Amino acid sequence: MSASSAFNDEKGGSSSVGEPEYGHDPASGGIFSSDYKRHDDLKEMLDSNKDSLKLEAMKRIVAMIARGKNASDLFPAVVKNVACKNIEVKKLVYVYLVRYAEEQQDLALLSISTFQRGLKDPNQLIRASALRVLSSIRVTIIVPIMMLAIKEAASDMSPYVRKTAAHAIPKLYSLDPEQKDQLIEVIEKLLADKTTLVAGSVVMAFEEVCPERIDLIHKNYRKLCNLLIDVEEWGQVVIINMLTRYARTQFLNPNINDDDDEDDKEKKAEAATLAKRKPYVMDPDHRLLLRNTKPLLQSRNAAVVMAVAQLYFHLAPKAEIGVIAKALVRLLRSHSEVQYVVLQNVATMTIKRRGMFEPYLKSFYIRSTDPTQIKVLKLEVLTNLANETNISTILREFQTYIKSMDKDFVAATIQAIGRCATNIGEVRDTCLNGLVQLLSNRDELVVAESVVVIKKLLQMQPEKHSDIIKHMAKLTDNIQVPMARASILWLIGEYCEHVPKIAPDVLRKMAKSFTNEEDIVKLQIINLSAKLYLTNSKQTKLLTQYVLNLAKYDQNYDIRDRARFIRQLIVPTEKSGALSKYAKKLFLALKPAPVLESPFKDRDHFQLGSLSHLLNAKAGGYQELPDWPEAAPDPSVRNVEVKESVRAVGTVTYRDTGALWGLPGPQTMEGSEGCSQLDSASGSESGSGSEESGSGSESDESEEGSESEQESEEDKEEDKKKKKKELKKPVRESERLIILHLLLCRQTITPCSASKSYELLHRITGEGLSVEYCFSRQPFSPDGNMVAVQVQFNNSAASETKNLHMEDVKLQCGMRVKEFPEIGEWWGEAATAVMGIDFCDSTQAANFQLCTHTKKFFVSIQPPVGELMRPVFLTENEFKKEQGQLMGMNEITERLTLDAKCRNEHTIVQRVTTAANLSRVPCGSDKECRFAGRTVTSGSLVLVSVVTKEEGAAQLTVNCEKMVIGTMLVKDILLALTQ
Amino acid sequence: MIHSLFLINHSGDIFLEKHWKSVIGRSVCDYFFEAKEKAVQPENVPPVLQTPHHYLISVYRDKLFFLSVVQTEVPPLFVIEFLHRVADTVQDYFGECSEGVIKDNVVTVYELLEEMLDNGFPLATESNVLKEMIRPPTILRSVVNTLTGGSNVGDTLPTGQLSSIPWRRAGVKYTNNEAYFDVIEEIDAILDKSGTTVFAEIQGVIEACVRLTGMPDLTLSFMNPRLLDDMSFHPCVRFKRWESERILSFIPPDGNFTLMTYHVSSQNVVALPVYVKQNISFLETGSCGRLDITIGPKQTMGKTVEGLTVTVHMPKTVLSANLTATQGNYTYNLATKVLVWDIGKLNPQKLPNLRGSLSLQAGAPRPEENPALDITLKIQQLAISGLKVSRLDMYGEKYKPFKGVKYLTKAGKFQVRT
Repeated sequence: MSASSAFNDEKGGSSSVGEPEYGHDPASGGIFSSDYKRHDDLKEMLDSNKDSLKLEAMKRIVAMIARGKNASDLFPAVVKNVACKNIEVKKLVYVYLVRYAEEQQDLALLSISTFQRGLKDPNQLIRASALRVLSSIRVTIIVPIMMLAIKEAASDMSPYVRKTAAHAIPKLYSLDPEQKDQLIEVIEKLLADKTTLVAGSVVMAFEEVCPERIDLIHKNYRKLCNLLIDVEEWGQVVIINMLTRYARTQFLNPNINDDDDEDDKEKKAEAATLAKRKPYVMDPDHRLLLRNTKPLLQSRNAAVVMAVAQLYFHLAPKAEIGVIAKALVRLLRSHSEVQYVVLQNVATMTIKRRGMFEPYLKSFYIRSTDPTQIKVLKLEVLTNLANETNISTILREFQTYIKSMDKDFVAATIQAIGRCATNIGEVRDTCLNGLVQLLSNRDELVVAESVVVIKKLLQMQPEKHSDIIKHMAKLTDNIQVPMARASILWLIGEYCEHVPKIAPDVLRKMAKSFTNEEDIVKLQIINLSAKLYLTNSKQTKLLTQYVLNLAKYDQNYDIRDRARFIRQLIVPTEKSGALSKYAKKLFLALKPAPVLESPFKDRDHFQLGSLSHLLNAKAGGYQELPDWPEAAPDPSVRNVEVKESVRAVGTVTYRDTGALWGLPGPQTMEGSEGCSQLDSASGSESGSGSEESGSGSESDESEEGSESEQESEEDKEEDKKKKKKELKKPVRESERLIILHLLLCRQTITPCSASKSYELLHRITGEGLSVEYCFSRQPFSPDGNMVAVQVQFNNSAASETKNLHMEDVKLQCGMRVKEFPEIGEWWGEAATAVMGIDFCDSTQAANFQLCTHTKKFFVSIQPPVGELMRPVFLTENEFKKEQGQLMGMNEITERLTLDAKCRNEHTIVQRVTTAANLSRVPCGSDKECRFAGRTVTSGSLVLVSVVTKEEGAAQLTVNCEKMVIGTMLVKDILLALTQ
Repeated sequence: MIHSLFLINHSGDIFLEKHWKSVIGRSVCDYFFEAKEKAVQPENVPPVLQTPHHYLISVYRDKLFFLSVVQTEVPPLFVIEFLHRVADTVQDYFGECSEGVIKDNVVTVYELLEEMLDNGFPLATESNVLKEMIRPPTILRSVVNTLTGGSNVGDTLPTGQLSSIPWRRAGVKYTNNEAYFDVIEEIDAILDKSGTTVFAEIQGVIEACVRLTGMPDLTLSFMNPRLLDDMSFHPCVRFKRWESERILSFIPPDGNFTLMTYHVSSQNVVALPVYVKQNISFLETGSCGRLDITIGPKQTMGKTVEGLTVTVHMPKTVLSANLTATQGNYTYNLATKVLVWDIGKLNPQKLPNLRGSLSLQAGAPRPEENPALDITLKIQQLAISGLKVSRLDMYGEKYKPFKGVKYLTKAGKFQVRT
């Protein structure tokens, strides 16, 4: 029964969809008569208790809204259904509410309680959608409710709800700007969020509410840089634009030493002297931003590519900007609207940095099917790119363009030729000749444009081109376009000395046709006559008189005015004052040649890619791109307390990860979730942090280090240097220990002491006290189940540090720590201490406070998995036997391709033993290397074998009872062997 | 950010409007209509317009204008890219993007727009996420909906939005597991009058159709990845692995998607599959002209050239064309002055030729420029750059999928100047 009635309604509905074409345009009227009736039946349907009827009614109402028809009188009937059980009806009611709540504020309040209930729902998606609708209802009276809801949602467990909270912030701000301070607090809180889902939305809120509060970004800067690649596309655009502005306030200009702007040579000299005093070193954070944005040039989203391109243009050292050219040229294949915007920006870029687009010259060639605005922009780019080497090709291209049917485009081409000729001296004559040929073109517009351009060109060196002037003088008979005629007349007047015979004749002809000319031509005739009178009064006196007389009675008062003025100046009478003596100087002064400039010059003071840049006018809400600071502000503001920084990098989940595919199951694909099983308590971040870098390094330097390993060569070198520096000291300090250690544990052939040191406390955070630690790989004598950690203190502060000790150790259950004895006072620079930690065979961090007599610092030590074991000696047979027992789930095999530098046995052994504290097991075959160890706490065996094959292919097998350890160890060794 | 959206048809009627903040009156579109009037051709309407209180950013797709209203600074490409994404979504949902289809599905489109933006900022633009919330219509479902009064709103909650890989939904199941890849290359070229190449390059795209159960992790490798000079990827592709190993490693979206686009290194000389001999001339007197076009195969690597057409945009003064084609048909549209010669397959033994006379408006001056020829063609089973997929591997799932790669070469913007 209900089905059949619904069917009838559906039919009625669909027929009504077809008919109301008149409703498209509200101005056409006729709505009221028919709509009243229909609204009545809609109300009836909404009041019924059948969901199908309600749904049908809502669909028709939404269709009305979509067509722009007024459905506001249905508000009471619709709002009743806000608590409807049917999710489909509910959704449509929300759509309606958001559209009309503003107009019917009182009635809208009826729905609020439903949303408030929704905010408490156990399902995160329902919480989010309730907040979304609640915040979209633009009713001022509920501002306090919204504020409360946003605050609550900002600390919701679900990142999706937090994202919705971030979206709600600008909505509330636009409703009531007075809430700004409170909203900033929420923004500050959400900025600290570590999930990719929230990052884009909260930065968008930041940009709309408080873009001036750049200080809120400091602590989150590195995290944002690291998260960037995994944020959704739209968020990426917003974040990149914001970070561009941020970087301009915090870092130094990387091009300060070699800015080659011709127009500010003085500045250059100044900068050079400055540079001598202080060589430029890029802030590592500045580098981090450039490095992390670069891969996004390969995004499919044009807006992201453009955002990165503008970031590089505004922030990168000159030598590195080139990379963006290729990506921008790629965008020229996209939709014509995209081309239009990209070309505008390329045009601006080519003025400052011509070199980077030169290899792509041909990509800017014009097709006859391009829209006119694209053609003109491409022409602009081609003109900017022209130089001595490519000008002949470009001119050949221009020649084909001149024949185009699109006359506006031809005119633009002629101007472009003019600009090429002024910029490049060598081709000036060629261009002039070409333009002169155009003077015989049949199209008057073309001729006129050529005349105007030739005029500008001739002004540069008139003496050489009297024949062209003569040629143009002849044209006055044919050309009718006023601007062109005026230009010719001006030219003859200006250079009448070069064409003494022709000039008076032209004036004669012009005098004859004076009355029929356009105003601008008339003015030029007067000018010409005046100039001739001054140079050749014998021949032209009468003519001038005649012209001036004609002008005296002209209809246009400008012309009458000019005639009177000129007569007074040039014709000497007794009344004429001192001025007429200088008439010649007034009229025939040397005039500077005009500069033909690109309209895109200096547009780059607007941030590229912005609407303001495109319009060349400041749009509302545009944030100025600040100039580089003279001196860099304190970089330490970006340092984050250790715990916090654990670890944005860790959340780099998907696109950054390398060889994840070897791990079974779909879960591992989700990065942080995948390994959160390792530590449920401390959240997924720290777990994946350890996985990512395999170290526990929290400091910025080593963060830089571990990342740049995967980066380009130059970074590697930089990194190596840094590491060397880091290494030197601990090695010297621990030399004695190592020798001792070797003596003590002879039987466990420790091939390599992992003297790689990690930072525990950065010098800046520690206010002068810097602390590093390394895993010395010696047995910790007080307790055999503990890993020995050697800690080294360095005090570079002016004040002395006393009473160094540990406090407030926070551990996961089962873990134990043997603290190092308090260091009372020390002299000299460095001090070392050894502590023991029982990590319980997990890579969870040991957190504690490091206290001096005055301060406390939160620090944490996190072991790479390779340090959780100690070497054992096995014979070949023992190894095989043990391996046989650790099959199946306990065995993990990976194929890999060895790094080119790591194809001999020696380096393989070295790299494996550096990555993990294992000892070599003798083996008959030279194709196989075997290693063995036991985990420190539980003593489980860890067996590793690497079998090498042809051409660097290899197979890595790890057998370990503890699967988690095994999995992580495989990863670390893979990394060590492939890089 | 994006304030409102108006959909406008070819003749200037607004047939759908959506506001994400407070309502903006339709009169704002008058500025756009003015510009449209001025531009004559719809392609020539400036994409960004400034009005006293608003900025209008529009795209022209499938004979429709997507016009958005913006009030404050926003990167124009951000808006343009989004508008194209709207058009793509409509296309994806209903098979085509036209006024009729949008009008028929107006509620669904409106709901889609509601979900895509929140307060003017993109919220869910992945088609996979959208499809979970609002189901695309199928014949079966529309019949069921008609009978039961149901709608297309998904009754499950969209979980894709919460995942770290929003482009794939959980719990995908197929009985036939298949993964097909189309490598499509387009040749962009400009040839001059004498037939020499002014400019030529190859742009490629890999379109994928993946219907696999569960969460497969695919790797696609090439025989000759060095050919690729510049590329852009779907967000699912892992950058790091491409950078280090030149392998495409990704968890694919479900269904059809564009995996990557690429540009072939410009060092390689582009092999053009055809040559064109042409002679178009307009006589100084007698208001008539001659046309003679021949097309022949050049480097086709032993494959047949298909779908060959030649399009000529004639000067305005050409009244009619009286031609004979040895192969295929030609049409001359008097209103748009476009001559189209549809050749079809290229037969290397008997080269297709089109010749005859053109008659011009009497008394009009001889056209300055000869019209350019636009060529389209297709070659099946060939990637003109020589790019080859070497293998596709799947990890993470146990079953064996059907795999396939197809190659296709097309003419992109292939223009011959005369």
